[in-house]
Amino acid sequence: MKHIISALVQNQPGVLAHVAGMFAARAFNIDSLAVGRTEDPTLSRMTIVVVGDDRVVEQVRKQLGKIISVVKVQDFVGQDAVARDLMLISVCTPPEKRPEILALIEMFNAKVVDIGPKFVMVEVSGPENKIEAFIDACRPYGVRNVVRTGTVAMARYSRSQNS
Amino acid sequence: MSSQPSPDGAHSPRPVRKPGSQIIVDTLIEQGVEVMFGYLGGVVLPLFDKLYDAPIRFIIPRHEQGGCHMADAYARATGKVGVVIATSGPGATNLTTGLATAMMDSTPLVALTGQVRTELIGNDAFQEADTTGITRPITKHNVIVKDPRDLARTIREAFYIARTGRPGPVLIDLPVDIQLAETEVTPFEEICLPGYKLREKGHGRQISLAAEAINESQRPLIYAGGGVILSNAAMELRALAEKANLPVTMTLMGLGCYDQARPESLDMLGMHGTAYANYAVQKCDLIISVGARFDDRVTGKLKTFAPQAKILHIDIDPASISKNVHVDIPVVGDAKVILAELSNAVEYRPRQEWFAEIAAWKAKHPLRYDTKADIVKPQFVIEELWRQTQGAATIVTGVGQHQMWTAQFYRFNRPRQFITSGGLGTMGFGLPAAIGAQVACPDALVVDIDGDSSFNMTLTELSTAVMYELPIKVCLLNNGHMGMVRQWQELFYGKRYSCSSLKNPDFANLARAFGAVGYSVDRKDQVAGTIEKMLAETRPCVVDFKVDPAENVWPMVPAGKGLHEMDGLDAYELA
Repeated sequence: MKHIISALVQNQPGVLAHVAGMFAARAFNIDSLAVGRTEDPTLSRMTIVVVGDDRVVEQVRKQLGKIISVVKVQDFVGQDAVARDLMLISVCTPPEKRPEILALIEMFNAKVVDIGPKFVMVEVSGPENKIEAFIDACRPYGVRNVVRTGTVAMARYSRSQNS
Repeated sequence: MSSQPSPDGAHSPRPVRKPGSQIIVDTLIEQGVEVMFGYLGGVVLPLFDKLYDAPIRFIIPRHEQGGCHMADAYARATGKVGVVIATSGPGATNLTTGLATAMMDSTPLVALTGQVRTELIGNDAFQEADTTGITRPITKHNVIVKDPRDLARTIREAFYIARTGRPGPVLIDLPVDIQLAETEVTPFEEICLPGYKLREKGHGRQISLAAEAINESQRPLIYAGGGVILSNAAMELRALAEKANLPVTMTLMGLGCYDQARPESLDMLGMHGTAYANYAVQKCDLIISVGARFDDRVTGKLKTFAPQAKILHIDIDPASISKNVHVDIPVVGDAKVILAELSNAVEYRPRQEWFAEIAAWKAKHPLRYDTKADIVKPQFVIEELWRQTQGAATIVTGVGQHQMWTAQFYRFNRPRQFITSGGLGTMGFGLPAAIGAQVACPDALVVDIDGDSSFNMTLTELSTAVMYELPIKVCLLNNGHMGMVRQWQELFYGKRYSCSSLKNPDFANLARAFGAVGYSVDRKDQVAGTIEKMLAETRPCVVDFKVDPAENVWPMVPAGKGLHEMDGLDAYELA
């Protein structure tokens, strides 16, 4: 099962190596990893997608927690969370297919960010299955290149928790 | 650079400025460091220059690995934080085996390494290595200091991290320009580590669940590990075992935490544990694990481990809980605190049937060996040493057969009495560890029971023992082989003894060449007399016991088998 784990880490050199090294050393598989700064310049957020059974993911959570520069660890499984990927995709656009492709882009609520004589670069964001679906939909025209950020996630406001 | 730092900042109008190296040494003294181990090199010279005048005893090993094991054993013998220094590059890489050893056995250690100048880092400079990168997975924490103002705080944090929670080694990498830079002395600040949370007091509800489980249990068993010693909880463990009437078995790392002379001690469990401990694990209805981590050498085949037991696990490291074995009642926190609370909540139960069953196993399967053989049996040497030292010596070992025989036949009665590399299994640990333990406890009788192959790996440290006049004793159980490897080849590789025998030097003569005392023993009737002479020596002393090369460690749970599937229970019945 896929788990989205969010780790708040101190913004220090070596933290990424420490986290990535721990995953490798303990034979945990990372599906994706996204790192970025937070509103607090001393802290960064790592969002890690891990595949494994509950026991494995429990170990991942605990081992992450043991790293001194990791401040907080959260697993979004079983929580109402918003998870998003961002993708840039370059699709072949033969002139006769352009209207079709533009319609597809609109359907997916995607955005054209660059256009050339033979290709169009599209920015798509959304849950992972939407991203996968867009790639599949583009395949018949020819996909030249795909760049993805990996999932980032945030828990939704929950009335029961905050009442 | 030339301004003299004023001894007392209060009278100076300007803040006190000191070189980084002086701040490092001042902070080490502030942290209570009395002894350090380590080796010099180019980029740690500023530090050694300040150590020259410092009230810190310094022990120079012959190799950084030795220095690290010495600091490790110093910490294990005292409970204080051990400190080791090495230079950059090869100095730092030579520490790695020692750091990994300390990490696996949770020893509190601070390692200081020199590093090339900050602006050279990453340029493949002379004696440069990515020390923090290399040591990250074998330290509890590591950090490189790139601003001299961070020095004091980083060192304070390192000692705090090393000794609290589940202890471990912390490494600080110190570029030489940071050691040389003059900087303002920063006032002491409260340690603030947002990512380091300690849970020392156990959860009240979990403790009452634990007490309930103990009170209800018909066939309980305490399984005590090194955590009991690290947490100084031996008295609390004894109190719990007495109050609730519980039998106790120990891991290799736990030996010493419970007096083995007491009838409720089942001695060591696991691969080379006693039959009665292993049968008790398989038959008990409750395992009370304290500061142990269900290592594969302890559990045997996980699927058949303690099949009837509920598992109660007390540990300060939440990641140890349910890592290998599903735990029914976890209690996270400090063993000392939790055991004390638990003692208050448990009640005495007679459990006559259970103790009778254990007594029957003990009677049927005591640890034994061929006492009638003419050849010197390694177990005989250990028993004789135990007898002559009245079980009171501090015992250190290398890794292999001799380590297991020591665990079986020297019967320990106090914490920190037995110092051994359990988790990593580091051959060569014995001699430097004996030195570290002797430095820590100058009046103690420290004996390294070693194997010839383990001893060969670090025997150069004899020179250190002689230089510092440390009266350590080395009992070499010399079988001319890598004994444990030979045993596995005999049992599991069709007696094909590939590369497992050695041509050894004459160890007694070698010891004399180092300036130590050396004896050789070939015959059984020389054993007692030579041990007597060895114990009377005031200089470092090596006794080379030529023991039976064919002797195996029994009983044995073969790798991948369940704890009840022991081999060798009847190995000596015909003898």
